[in-house]
Amino acid sequence: MTPVLELRGITKRFPGVVANDHIDLKLEAGEIHALLGENGAGKTTLMNVLYGLYSPDEGEIIVKGKRLVPKSPSDAIAAGIGMVHQHFMLVPVFTVTENVMLGDEYVTKGGLLDRKRAAARIREISDKYNLFVDPDAYIKDTPVGIQQRVEIIKLLFREADILIMDEPTAVLTPQEADELFKIMGNLSKMGKSIIFITHKLREVLEFSDRITVIRGGKVMGTTTPAEANQNLLASMMVGRDIELDVNKKPAQAGEKVLEVTGLTVADAHNHLVVKGVSFDVRAGEILGIAGVQGNGQTELVRAITGLMHPVEGKISILGQDTTRAAPKEIIELGTAHIPEDRQKDGLVLPYPIMDNLVLNTFYKPPFAKGAMLQEEPIRENANQLVERFDIRTPSIETQVGSLSGGNQQKVIVAREFSRPIKFLVASQPTRGLDVGSIEYIHHRLVEKRDDGCAVLLVSTELDEIMQLSDRIAVIFGGKIIKILPAKGTTKEEIGLLMAGVDTETQKPVSQPVPVG
Amino acid sequence: MTTTTAAPIRVKEAGYVSPRRQRVMGIVFLALATMIWAFFSRTTTGQMVTTFVMSPGGAVATPDLVFKTLPFLNVLATISAVIGAYQLVRGFHGRTNTMLGILAGFFVIAFLAWGAADKSLNLAGLLKVAVVRAVPLTLGALSGILCERSGIINIGIEGMLLAAAFTSTVAASLSNLWVGLIVAILTGALFGWVLAVFSIRYKVNQIISGTVINIFATGMTSFLSAKFLQKYQNLNSPGQFPTWEIPGLSKIPFFGPILFSHNLFVYGVFILLIVLTIALFHTKWGLRLRSAGEHPKAADTLGINVNRTRYMATILGGMIAGFGGAYFTLGSVGRFDEVMTAGRGFIGLAAMIFGNWMPTGALGAGLLFGLADSLAGKLTILRIPIPPKFLEMAPYIVTMIVLAGVVGHTSPPAAEGTPYEKE
Amino acid sequence: MTDNKEMTPPPADNSVKPEKAAKPNALNIFLEEVSRNSLTVTILAILTGLLLGGLVAVLTTETVYSSFRTSFGLGFREVFRVFGITYSALFTGSFGQPDVIRAAIASRDWQQINTALSPFFESLVQSTPYILAGLAVALGFRVGLFNIGAEGQIFVGALAAVWAGTRIHGLPPIIHAPLALLVGGLGGAIWGFIPGWLKAKTGAHEVINTIMMNYIAFRLSEYLLTGFLKDPTKAHPISATVDTAAWLPRLFPNPNRFHVGFFIALIMAYLVYLLLFKTTLGFQLRTVGLNPNAARYAGMSIVKNTVLAMALSGLLAGLAGANEVLGVNRNLGVAFSSGYGFDSIALALLGNSHPLGVVLASLLFGFLRNGALRMQLQAGIPIDIISIMQAAILAFIAAPGIIRTIYRLKEPKEESGSPLLTAARKGQAQ
Repeated sequence: MTPVLELRGITKRFPGVVANDHIDLKLEAGEIHALLGENGAGKTTLMNVLYGLYSPDEGEIIVKGKRLVPKSPSDAIAAGIGMVHQHFMLVPVFTVTENVMLGDEYVTKGGLLDRKRAAARIREISDKYNLFVDPDAYIKDTPVGIQQRVEIIKLLFREADILIMDEPTAVLTPQEADELFKIMGNLSKMGKSIIFITHKLREVLEFSDRITVIRGGKVMGTTTPAEANQNLLASMMVGRDIELDVNKKPAQAGEKVLEVTGLTVADAHNHLVVKGVSFDVRAGEILGIAGVQGNGQTELVRAITGLMHPVEGKISILGQDTTRAAPKEIIELGTAHIPEDRQKDGLVLPYPIMDNLVLNTFYKPPFAKGAMLQEEPIRENANQLVERFDIRTPSIETQVGSLSGGNQQKVIVAREFSRPIKFLVASQPTRGLDVGSIEYIHHRLVEKRDDGCAVLLVSTELDEIMQLSDRIAVIFGGKIIKILPAKGTTKEEIGLLMAGVDTETQKPVSQPVPVG
Repeated sequence: MTTTTAAPIRVKEAGYVSPRRQRVMGIVFLALATMIWAFFSRTTTGQMVTTFVMSPGGAVATPDLVFKTLPFLNVLATISAVIGAYQLVRGFHGRTNTMLGILAGFFVIAFLAWGAADKSLNLAGLLKVAVVRAVPLTLGALSGILCERSGIINIGIEGMLLAAAFTSTVAASLSNLWVGLIVAILTGALFGWVLAVFSIRYKVNQIISGTVINIFATGMTSFLSAKFLQKYQNLNSPGQFPTWEIPGLSKIPFFGPILFSHNLFVYGVFILLIVLTIALFHTKWGLRLRSAGEHPKAADTLGINVNRTRYMATILGGMIAGFGGAYFTLGSVGRFDEVMTAGRGFIGLAAMIFGNWMPTGALGAGLLFGLADSLAGKLTILRIPIPPKFLEMAPYIVTMIVLAGVVGHTSPPAAEGTPYEKE
Repeated sequence: MTDNKEMTPPPADNSVKPEKAAKPNALNIFLEEVSRNSLTVTILAILTGLLLGGLVAVLTTETVYSSFRTSFGLGFREVFRVFGITYSALFTGSFGQPDVIRAAIASRDWQQINTALSPFFESLVQSTPYILAGLAVALGFRVGLFNIGAEGQIFVGALAAVWAGTRIHGLPPIIHAPLALLVGGLGGAIWGFIPGWLKAKTGAHEVINTIMMNYIAFRLSEYLLTGFLKDPTKAHPISATVDTAAWLPRLFPNPNRFHVGFFIALIMAYLVYLLLFKTTLGFQLRTVGLNPNAARYAGMSIVKNTVLAMALSGLLAGLAGANEVLGVNRNLGVAFSSGYGFDSIALALLGNSHPLGVVLASLLFGFLRNGALRMQLQAGIPIDIISIMQAAILAFIAAPGIIRTIYRLKEPKEESGSPLLTAARKGQAQ
């Protein structure tokens, strides 16, 4: 039997990266095929190629025996391919019906929108697959779980029989996720073929028919849940060829520098993404927060550094309550922050290096005298730091935006480390950097720890967490499900926890136990 | 905007009103009631009689409305106070804004009754003028709605009105009124197209694009007017569209003469209002247009050409502004004067915001602003000690208040002002 | 990617350029550089705008058509004649007539020299409010704010200055004039503060609010000039003449109207330069404008800086109004409307929101405006032609793609558009 969809040797290059490297994939009719891989492994790129959002540099797509060259989503839709994007493509101020029929509208004989007929069709689809969607509800008033079903209805409304779901559970609660898998089961029983992209092992093992693992843009292999187990998949997914060694002495943990109790944070869409988290970081130790991207780390860090106000809970730094403190107060307490998105938060790209190096100290002597900036000390500071932190640049007046990623990160590290600090928050400090820069930054982080600084390291790179941390907290679904000493813990153990599986019980953590 | 500190997930029902807003509105309602009493009732004596003339001087005569001023004011104040108290205690929820509108209406009526105490006020005439004054404002607002609903901010409405006013005058002077009207609409289309090219093709900041149009239109029309219209007066005598009484409807007592005894432009507003409301909210065309302004990426993934939609909407929006521009010359004074639009385009923009980007809202706001305008002219006649200029400021001030979210909540199209780029 | 684009530096800063691999001859390299340079685009935009103005003048001259009807050659000659008279009137109107100046210098009569040079000085007088209003808008742009309310702030500044100039008496000039100027500046500052505060506290867009504030200012001025501030001896709405003590002193006898306001404007430009580039406050303002996220991250207050920037912007515009009233008109009528407010957006863009650039752009516009007056008298070309030129220049500056297409210039290494505007904040969360 020919597969409904076949990808042959798909290659997609972006400047400096090969996102997809000769990927082959076969999707059989009526199967649920999991595409498993870490963030940045190239899963989403592959699906965007298939959906006509990117055009591949090499390779071909065969749908039901016919070659397809999708130039736009319309071509993919016409070929029966539908995609549920990770970020929903729904217009908040439209009703479910309006969203579903947009682009494929039902009209009356008089040329007006036939909302009734479309709603009836939606109800029919909803009933057939047990989706429980109200066609007349507005999207802005609809919970996320239901919004996702609206996305699914959009595809079914267009009679798609190949459904691509990009990280479908990323925004769902465990209960909503279970519901979704039930729905996916129904869909496949009715003959729909589904590709679902994920990095969560539990989902893959419980709900898929076949599993393809991608790492670094390449297919690592295809297997089935019966043949695979969590350990095998985890090592296929997170395995690294290059091991970076960091020499470090045992930690001399001192007093508590950061104390977080019962912290709950909502994101910009008012969804709770950090749920009652408690932990502390002591002077002279590195606490690593391990977790897959999007499990609440970003908001956790933003709350600690004052960029977001928590909904509930308490944060204190060096004994001072900073729960609702402004960023400036937190900085002045001696907190340094290497932000997750260096270009968005950490740097002013059009500014020269010398100005970026005083971004949060510009008002203090010697950089300012009264209201006036002092150019000489600022230059001198820049010259020293460029030297000391080995920032490769033609001059200190060079715009930071024109530096390489590694050198940009060094500018931030230089700025944050050159002032007296007692607490360091490093969020994804080595993301997108070359091996040399990674090594350099790791070295500096450990140095800070040895100086007695408390370090909170947030990373999605398991190796980084394993090598640097003294203690490891694993975050999943907005909760810290376990805090373990780094010594004696294996990578597989953490990998499973990151994927939401408790190592002791070997059971999925659908309802993580509250900590603290 | 201030979501970071807000409470956790809460599913909002349609027409949800937060407790804080409920209280604020209750206080606003009570304040209106108090103002009716304090400003108007207390300065009125029991013998005063208000006379409202109920026909604007047309053929159909409606008898004058004569009533005792003080009891009338007291009744209005009492009803307002009751409504305010109910709002404070129980709340009107989804109907809060309607009640606000009713109370604002009460306040205006009380003001008029008080102003006309022991005098007579031609209420019908006042309203008829308000309808006429509302025409350019509403058309400007409708133009803005069409552009912004598709995602393009149009602050060049003023320039479009002015340019069309000029071209319509010259074209109508050279041939006839209908040609003038068509030329005006085409002028608007041209300017709309220019706005779209700048904003979409060259990705110029849309505020700048609109400003270019305003400066250019002001400069060009003033230049050509100074150069030619003053020398060749025959180029500046387009004539005017006559008043068309709508048979039957114009005979309705009171309302007939106010609404149905006008020239083409007033009826044009009514027709456009209906057409746009249906087109935007009940056709496939409108659904796609709005999706381009709300979530262009979603529209794109469903095969909708976002930029083409925006071009179309902006050109059509320009055409409506062009029609509005012709009003100033062919529908009002029958002559072009330099800078004759005098900021009406910007009040149109305000009316669009005040009307919350809805065509009916735009007409409502246009009428309200038109009434303020019309009333400003009557204040001195009625010897009301409020400077007319302050009344003329009212549209701008209420727009700022609305925009600040104190009284209401505006919901502009989510993606307006941002160029759409495919990845 | 779009985020990166927003952060692209102003095109003038071409400090780092990746070196070319191949080494073609020097001339080619030079041409290549020029072709990619944004200064080239700026200059071409100005020239094209001026040319377009001349073209409009030619196309609207009847004799051109009648000459073409006679013969082709005659027509062409007429075209050149109109072009010639347009630009020469523009030139002599703004700089003075060379032969008159020469004769005046030869006569060694001070009064005659003064008269001959007065067009030049008048251009500086015309430039003065442009400089101040242009600085106002430029300051806003630097902080990512769009102040299109300069017009209203100018009006309020003028009203406040007239109040101080006509209602306060008995002060010595050394106090009265600066006081009146300051009061005018404060009036404008209040007018800028309100939309700034609304933006910072409620997120209400400053563009709409500054437009609304413009019209409130117009109505307010009409009200005050028909009542409180009206000169009771006049029939039409106009203020009384400002006390001589509050006048900004003129430096030369009539007809030369050159006054100290020009120097005040230059000083303000220098102060704005110092503020933006040499003080800690300016560092914060610019950071907020270029990357509000990074500003917050570094502990700067978005609210405080937004409000302050709008108030300062209003102050500068208010000074422009006060300057006109105290230095040129010495009273205030309802027809005071100048269009400076909208032109100042063009100035800020043209000057790349740098005080020096704004001064240069303002001089250009001031000379154009003054020259156009003579153009109107001598060539019968209405003064509004400069608005057409200004709109065209603004359009070309804002959309460099048009100029690059017309002159087949190469794309710059990174397409930056008008970075100061793209840096304007979108839905800034608080």
